[in-house]
Amino acid sequence: MKTNHSIMYSSRHHNTSEVTAKYIFLISGIVAIFAVCSITFYMFLKGAPALPVVGPMDLLFGTVWQPTAQVPSYGIFYVILTSIIGTGFAILLGVPIGLLTAVFLTEISAKHLTMIIQPAVELLAAIPSVIYGLLGMMVLNPTIYKLEKLIFAGKTGHQYTGGANLLSAIIVLAIMILPTVINMSVSALKAVPQSYRNASYAMGATKIQTIFQVTIPAAKSGIMTGIVLGIGRALGEAMAINMVAGGSVNFPLPFNSVRFLTTQLVSEMSYAEGTHRQVLFTVGLVLFVFIMVINLILMAISKRGENNEK
Amino acid sequence: MKNSICVKRKRVSDYVMYGLIYTCAASSVLLLVGIILYVLAKGAGQIHFGFLTNVTSVLRGTVGIAGNIVNTLYIIVITMLIATPIGIGAAVYLNEYTKPGRLVSLIEFATETLAGIPSIIFGLFGMMFFAQTLGLGYSLLTGSFTLTLMVLPLITRNTQEALKTVPDSYRTGAIGLGAGKWYTIRTILLPSAMPGMITGVILAIGKIVGESAALLFTAGSAYTLPKGISDILTKTLSSGGTLTIQLYLSAQKGEFEVAFGIAVVLLVIVLLINGATKLLTKKFDVNREKK
Repeated sequence: MKTNHSIMYSSRHHNTSEVTAKYIFLISGIVAIFAVCSITFYMFLKGAPALPVVGPMDLLFGTVWQPTAQVPSYGIFYVILTSIIGTGFAILLGVPIGLLTAVFLTEISAKHLTMIIQPAVELLAAIPSVIYGLLGMMVLNPTIYKLEKLIFAGKTGHQYTGGANLLSAIIVLAIMILPTVINMSVSALKAVPQSYRNASYAMGATKIQTIFQVTIPAAKSGIMTGIVLGIGRALGEAMAINMVAGGSVNFPLPFNSVRFLTTQLVSEMSYAEGTHRQVLFTVGLVLFVFIMVINLILMAISKRGENNEK
Repeated sequence: MKNSICVKRKRVSDYVMYGLIYTCAASSVLLLVGIILYVLAKGAGQIHFGFLTNVTSVLRGTVGIAGNIVNTLYIIVITMLIATPIGIGAAVYLNEYTKPGRLVSLIEFATETLAGIPSIIFGLFGMMFFAQTLGLGYSLLTGSFTLTLMVLPLITRNTQEALKTVPDSYRTGAIGLGAGKWYTIRTILLPSAMPGMITGVILAIGKIVGESAALLFTAGSAYTLPKGISDILTKTLSSGGTLTIQLYLSAQKGEFEVAFGIAVVLLVIVLLINGATKLLTKKFDVNREKK
């Protein structure tokens, strides 16, 4: 019994609570790995079976989506295309606005103005997506409908969408990725050393020249991270665009009512059965693969950024 | 004099770019202000005591969101009860127990990946795994489990950041006094990292409040209140739609008054959460600067 009180033989080595704690922490750490593995496993388990049933080419590159017809047809090519084009244009629209806003916040605006605007931008990120959808329905769709009536006036053969079309969805998506792009760009621009700017000024460059030829190139990796994060967010957004994009599977033209990968799931999952349901899981799988690719690109960029810093 | 270095040449392109920058910044800000004002203008009239405390019922002719508020609270409480310990545990493991190696980079990779998966995929997985494989069906519990996976990265990352800012002298000091690792974590590290952890938890709550796609196929859409005290626990096994789900369903049905009413409630919650995190980070920074 004496040995227990010796400082040479501390009871710490036997302390069961120390060991238990360590294993509990280890298990908590592994939960994330387990979650990612089981999500991947389930996405493939449920998403793959439809491929041989319908035929991979017919499914992925078929252009007719009639899951409930007498002779059902499950082509999701237009849906995939809509997601790609919708995301692409949302990025084209959102990134310049976001980047220039970030430039304003870090390089031009007075400090107290930045103190007001930046929290406001962060707030924009926190607004639930259904609210964006609701506003899109109430404000954006009627406006786009007016434009639609103006453009297609007198032309026949156009199916009016009431403003619920690809164009509305792109605008909503562009607004929703703004905070991501702004926040990432702001932190990237802030991290550029002041000496870079001073050196540029000393060479006689104007402020604008400095911003576009020195500061932004120096912050490239952080800005890219923001863009890729924005792509991920736009690809995965479901509820907001489900409310504004209309609901039929069409070729993605600006004034067509369209379905995205995500909205396809939201609108049909509740009633789909049999092969139809399996195909919807394949839609989920396609989305999942896209997202995983984006994730890997993201990690590669941030790793490269870290290496550059060293 | 045209080429004198004393006279600055005016560059037209500079003015164009300034114009563009100001326009973009102004439109970003106006957008936010516009969104908030529009929602408030449309929905504020909808908010009254009955709207918040009643359940929508055709029989009694009432319209209200009390059931959805209770469902949202249920999901917040259950999700955070599970996610907080796991998230903090993972952060402690990553930061205190391991040296950089294969397992750490694997856990960090998994956390990053989880953070990048969109909520609709979590919804699908929750439906397949928790609802069907585990047989929980459309229920508040299924929804909470699904959201647990979703908010886990948020808590882990924030705790990890907070733990990183705890000075190493605290750890060596504790070891020097003969404290064990768990004892050090419990009495020194976690309390020092508390503001960061709380920020993570609040951000996670904000994410849960705003979530919709992950809950549509997991928690369902019922809007009833628990039937008495005995139903409080069994309620977790039945379907329940949160505020966001109700907003979506109301908007789809064309009941825009209800939708805007809920939007106002959500905005207020989001504003409060945002304010709370701002306050905490401020306090957090002050503590660090003192050293």
